[in-house]
Amino acid sequence: MSLDKATVAKIAHLARIKVPDDELDHLAGELSQILTFVEQLGEVDTQDVPPMTSVAAQTLRRRKDEVTDGGYRDAVLSNGPETAEGFYVVPKVVE
Amino acid sequence: MSYIQGETGDWEIVIGLEVHAQVISNAKLFSGAATAFGAEPNSQVSFVDAAFPGMLPVINEHCIEQAVRTGLGLKAQINLHSVFDRKNYFYADLPQGYQISQFQQPIVGKGEIVLDLPDGSSRTVGVTRLHLEQDAGKSLHDQHPAKTYIDLNRSGVALMEIVSEPDMRTAEEAGAYVRKLRSILRYLGTCDGNMEEGSMRCDVNVSVRKPGAPFGTRCEIKNVNSIRFVMQAIEYEARRQIEIIEEGGKIDQETRLWDTTKFVTRSMRSKEEAHDYRYFPDPDLLPLELDAEWVEDIKKTLPELPDDKKARFISEYKLSPYDANVLVSEKARADFYEAVAKGRDPKLAANWVTGELFGYLNKAGKEIEESPVSAENLGGLIDLIADNTISGRIAKEVFEAMFETGERPADIVEKKGLRQVTDTGAIESSIDAVLAANADKVAEFRSGKDKLFGFFVGQVMKATQGKANPALVNEILMAKLKG
Repeated sequence: MSLDKATVAKIAHLARIKVPDDELDHLAGELSQILTFVEQLGEVDTQDVPPMTSVAAQTLRRRKDEVTDGGYRDAVLSNGPETAEGFYVVPKVVE
Repeated sequence: MSYIQGETGDWEIVIGLEVHAQVISNAKLFSGAATAFGAEPNSQVSFVDAAFPGMLPVINEHCIEQAVRTGLGLKAQINLHSVFDRKNYFYADLPQGYQISQFQQPIVGKGEIVLDLPDGSSRTVGVTRLHLEQDAGKSLHDQHPAKTYIDLNRSGVALMEIVSEPDMRTAEEAGAYVRKLRSILRYLGTCDGNMEEGSMRCDVNVSVRKPGAPFGTRCEIKNVNSIRFVMQAIEYEARRQIEIIEEGGKIDQETRLWDTTKFVTRSMRSKEEAHDYRYFPDPDLLPLELDAEWVEDIKKTLPELPDDKKARFISEYKLSPYDANVLVSEKARADFYEAVAKGRDPKLAANWVTGELFGYLNKAGKEIEESPVSAENLGGLIDLIADNTISGRIAKEVFEAMFETGERPADIVEKKGLRQVTDTGAIESSIDAVLAANADKVAEFRSGKDKLFGFFVGQVMKATQGKANPALVNEILMAKLKG
């Protein structure tokens, strides 16, 4: 499968990665190569094979419904570029 | 069928609803942070909820149980194998950059909800699916002119998204759907249904078509937070779409907002591109495998749900479907009614509960749980009517006092001296006095003016302050007037 420039630009935008126009051709080539490589798996007949979800035979771990975490606002906010009155502060994002 | 009249004839509205219901749990879906409403901002946030690098989600088993319980309550298929996916989009209140949700393999499949319509009839609406997902944080846009404030307390709280089939045709049906779903969730104890606090939110899909035609293009109205707004938004949106089509335009599939001050829907253009969510299975979470026996065990613990309770009230207590609906809509109401009706005339009990009690509660803005009149005391009042201690009319006066003071009806009757007079001697002397004072009217009555009988009854009741037994008054009065 090969990707065109427009698709690559769209994927980049959805992932919020800034890609200059002059790199799109190059990236389209690389991504297409990766897809083609993975597509080889399509040659294997997996009709009756259930998807493998884990290498080890294990089941989804569960927790009890108990409050065991949180309550450390300062630590949580410490990485925020801007904070005020216990909130994260970001540029206005409303229409 | 209820159609909307347009310039070019009749139009039918087609409505589907997606309801986000917050799961009642102590901790979040994938972290051990608390879920309580109204806490200090960012005080209930773990490093998982704030998406710090390397943090891994571990699922809350109670949230799984709540989703299964809800599925069973909706008579839905429970999928013993379901998968969590990442729904990718960027927004300031979504620190992970994706929401953990369920896409192709939800925990609950097809079910149904029976709508109780105002005219007493019922209609079944299909439920497409129910899946578990994380809630996002909360953005506050009004704290600063150029900034948005973010509170992540809600980030990671468990939601059930319950999706209906496009089975509804009027705003009333959509309103009935939300009311019934909320009632079921509350009976089950899986969501408190509090729309004001945002623990239940609605996305409304609306399209219009000529009767019998294929579905039209739909618009989705996001995050409507009251039943009234759901109904208003549908009415407005249907009119808007009909107008566009009749003027030769076409509907763009888009996301819209209900403006609660201008009463219009308006486009949220920026949301459009975000619709490309690039779902894929969350590599941090294995598929969710349920044990069929465990599901059966949950089924055994389901309470009697509103539909079954309604059917039982109709057959056991001979109530009308309307009264039964009113009583079963909330479990607390139904329980109250049954406590009052126990060992008494069920129809009379229903009249007192749905009439006087609900009327007074409504006026006082109180819930049944806050009723100053207990079920025991209301039952006691009905007993006083049944054993002729007071008349039905006096009972209303006693009820008013009970509602004000919370006192026992018998105490109020004693204190106010409201005991019904059944002493025929006393009634007779009152009647004699009334007849003596109105000799002219007695003569008129005897010369054929039958209608005056009501006047005499009124005078006697007035003279006895309404305490005379009405049946005795009628009987003695008639005998005396005729004689």
